[in-house]
Amino acid sequence: MKGLLIISGLGILAMLAEIFKFKKLLFPMVLLGIVAAYAFNFMEWKTGMSIPYFDNMIGFDKLAIAFSGIIIATAFFWFILANDYFEEETNLVDHFALVLFALVGALMLTSFKNMTTLFLGVEIMSIPLYVLAASKKKDIKSNEAGFKYLIMGSFASGFLLFGIALIYGATGSFDLMQIRSFISEHAADMPLFFYVGVVFMLIAMCFKVSAAPFHFWAPDVYQGSPTLITALMSTVVKTAAFAAFMRLFMVGFAEISSVWTGILAGVVALSLIIANFSAAMQNNVKRILAYSSISHAAFMLMVILANVRSNLSVNALIYYSLAYSLGSIAAFGIVYNVTRKGNENVDAFNGLSKRNPSLALCMAVAMLSLAGIPITSGFFAKYFVFTAMIGTQYKWLLIIAVLTSAVGVYYYLRVVIAMYFKKQDTHEPITIERSNIIVIVLTTAATIAIGIVPGIVAEMFEF
Amino acid sequence: MLAALLILFPLLAGLLVFFVKGNTARNLALGFSIIEFGLALGAFCLFKQDPNACMLSFDHVWVKSLGIHFSVGIDGMSLLMILLTTFLVPLIILSSFTSDHSKPNNFYGLILLMQMALVGVFMANDGFLFYVFWELALIPIYFICLLWGGEDRGRITFKFFVYTLFGSLFMLVGLIYLYNHTNVDGLKSWAVQDLYTAGRSLAENQQCAVFWMIFIAFAIKMPIFPLHTWQPDTYVTAPTQGTMLLSGIMLKMGTFGVIKWLLPVVPLGLEKWGGTAIALSVTGIVYASIIAISQKDFKRLIAYSSIAHVGLISAGILSANQQGIQGAIMQMLAHGVNVVGLFFIADILFRHTGTREMDKLGGIRGMNGNFAILFLIILLGSVALPLTNGFVGEFLLINGVYQFSATMAALAGLTVILGAVYMLRAYQKIMLGDRNDSNVAFGPLATTDKVVLSIICVVVVAFGVYPKPLNDIAEEAVKTIMLNLK
Repeated sequence: MKGLLIISGLGILAMLAEIFKFKKLLFPMVLLGIVAAYAFNFMEWKTGMSIPYFDNMIGFDKLAIAFSGIIIATAFFWFILANDYFEEETNLVDHFALVLFALVGALMLTSFKNMTTLFLGVEIMSIPLYVLAASKKKDIKSNEAGFKYLIMGSFASGFLLFGIALIYGATGSFDLMQIRSFISEHAADMPLFFYVGVVFMLIAMCFKVSAAPFHFWAPDVYQGSPTLITALMSTVVKTAAFAAFMRLFMVGFAEISSVWTGILAGVVALSLIIANFSAAMQNNVKRILAYSSISHAAFMLMVILANVRSNLSVNALIYYSLAYSLGSIAAFGIVYNVTRKGNENVDAFNGLSKRNPSLALCMAVAMLSLAGIPITSGFFAKYFVFTAMIGTQYKWLLIIAVLTSAVGVYYYLRVVIAMYFKKQDTHEPITIERSNIIVIVLTTAATIAIGIVPGIVAEMFEF
Repeated sequence: MLAALLILFPLLAGLLVFFVKGNTARNLALGFSIIEFGLALGAFCLFKQDPNACMLSFDHVWVKSLGIHFSVGIDGMSLLMILLTTFLVPLIILSSFTSDHSKPNNFYGLILLMQMALVGVFMANDGFLFYVFWELALIPIYFICLLWGGEDRGRITFKFFVYTLFGSLFMLVGLIYLYNHTNVDGLKSWAVQDLYTAGRSLAENQQCAVFWMIFIAFAIKMPIFPLHTWQPDTYVTAPTQGTMLLSGIMLKMGTFGVIKWLLPVVPLGLEKWGGTAIALSVTGIVYASIIAISQKDFKRLIAYSSIAHVGLISAGILSANQQGIQGAIMQMLAHGVNVVGLFFIADILFRHTGTREMDKLGGIRGMNGNFAILFLIILLGSVALPLTNGFVGEFLLINGVYQFSATMAALAGLTVILGAVYMLRAYQKIMLGDRNDSNVAFGPLATTDKVVLSIICVVVVAFGVYPKPLNDIAEEAVKTIMLNLK
């Protein structure tokens, strides 16, 4: 909870920075604040108590703290990576405030106990992102991205709100636990419009995690947005949306899982197939990563689908989020540096192994991790999903997952082949800022480290 | 401890070699791989004294909650495979001394890392660990082929990678399925014996599903017809050392996997589908042999001959009797040595003459008699003439398949005849006759080339005349395996 408060405070501070003229100090202050937020978050984990706040609107239980930890840590790396993004822009403090508020929304999504906080969290997170997506004001693609994101996002929010209203109508409560107990008491005579509400919420959440067939906004938005904002979307936002998804369906609607698992299985199957085959046909690296993020969303949804409310699946989802965030931060950090000249196609990576061998190595590790090859963390993430799924009735989804994973290797390897095999005309070495190097190397090392010792993350929740 | 050291040593050596410049990397890698061979010989002596010595196994918890252990151990079969691996790797490194590779530190570092993964595959006693090593072996060889391969390597290595990964993922699902059925005091376990128990407790149709899931991964790696299409291109395009690693050792991962990780797990699945799998293997033998006969490129011819040989090995294993499996193990050793020799000969021919097309070659015997003799010995080992190392295995294999089905054995036996046809024809075209192309000149061999070829020839003859030490280990090992099959 203290983490949430600190980051909210930072957001307000960022807006004051312009007025009181301490813009130069802002960046170190934000970093310090995030470290402090992480530290408090960690201490709350150690004490292990779940105290409800604001009349049980928000509560940081262990699950919330774990996801908050991932989000705050990713945000820390992201800020270091993005320091020159803020320098390039004239209106720097606005952007700081927007990103920080998006973070606040993300943290609320991990810890909501009430449908109203869920909605608030979604909106607080999304609205700054609509602006940030369009923050390259003179670029038409960026404007398009922001606009598309806004329209599609509002549409999803509408669904979400409608769903909440219907559920409130049926159960008479916004509180997640009360809804749950109401369902289990009146399982037989729930009205039809309650189920419609559940499906509406499912659709809205699928929008937010960009699962097919509600994924159409993702490739365009990912491509058009400034690369660093794309990185933010595919890590922090994604993790938060999944934390919310998990809490909503595995806690709130666990009792009526037969209603939504069937639909979700279809969503997963579609996402896997559409995402992987579309990604294989893309040339733009950011679009490839967008489709890859849809495919990873499908994998994470599989864990929710398995719906074994056990520590195994909780651990699996947390591990997956972490592995995916680390791999993505490394990948986007490199993409950001390589595509600065404007060429965002795969051939921008041609001959990278000659121009900057260590950068190429890090990218190879990130790609192998996203593809799920041992001994990177991406492999264990996939393994945990397979283990969670194999005991369920959805074994056919596993087969689809395996087949599409093999397709997935194709587009990840294309980047590797470009780096190590294709010739590049220019041999000028790529220079990167030291801070960026640190982030890329750290995230790559962490990707391998939690692949070698998966226990430290995968055993966070004792069996 | 020795078991863990056998894995750890090449890993550290490989990482070290990455940071060394120039030819030092090459010499260092050779030194390290010879030390590794020494370690393997040490394991051999230990095993001779006491097969259950505690030095030969190592067990440490990796991920406690999931029952994953870093558990490795050496039994008879894995000992033989490790001896093969550690014997071949120094030869492979030595064989590269005459050709210059760019960035030698990366090249030799990758070879040593590859060795680490291969040794790990042969020693793993934990299903998960086995899978991890299995996949890890793919990454170094992929980069070796991609960075130092020949024409069109991007596309071909890519096909190779996706093909094998595709099979591996199925195997992973199959293994997880087995793992999910294990039950040791209420907990799940990845230990090999627990997986055996779990597999046998399954109903017949479940066993059949698991059989195909796991078999497909091994079948792609070997490769078995009709999953072989990645192989000829990859073998031809890869740099010679990569081809040697692929055909000499990596192929054995597949056959080894069938013996240790498939046969004892799903006896009912094997009973139902083993015949089909043997039929596929035998089809592969005939098919590949016929294609080999019509090849013009010598390297491609060896690639197809490798498919034929491995088809026989696989048929012998799947017939699941003492002779079949024992023959398979012996033939795995012999084939590993011989095929490395043959690919090296193809490499020498190419370096001296600039072509691998047999029609353009000819009359080399007259230019270099020593080379002709060395080539002939390796070639005879490959066609399994009595008193060469290939004979013991091939004889046992056909015997084993015969016990399963006489028709299959008759078809599989064609490999002997067809093998002799394409090999001797190749020898005739390359070495005998007149010089076809006046540009072709063939000077004396470099010293390292001579050393490598001589060592291989000595092994071919020595283990043909006196196969007993290896055969005894194989026989004992297979007896234990047969206990598991019952």
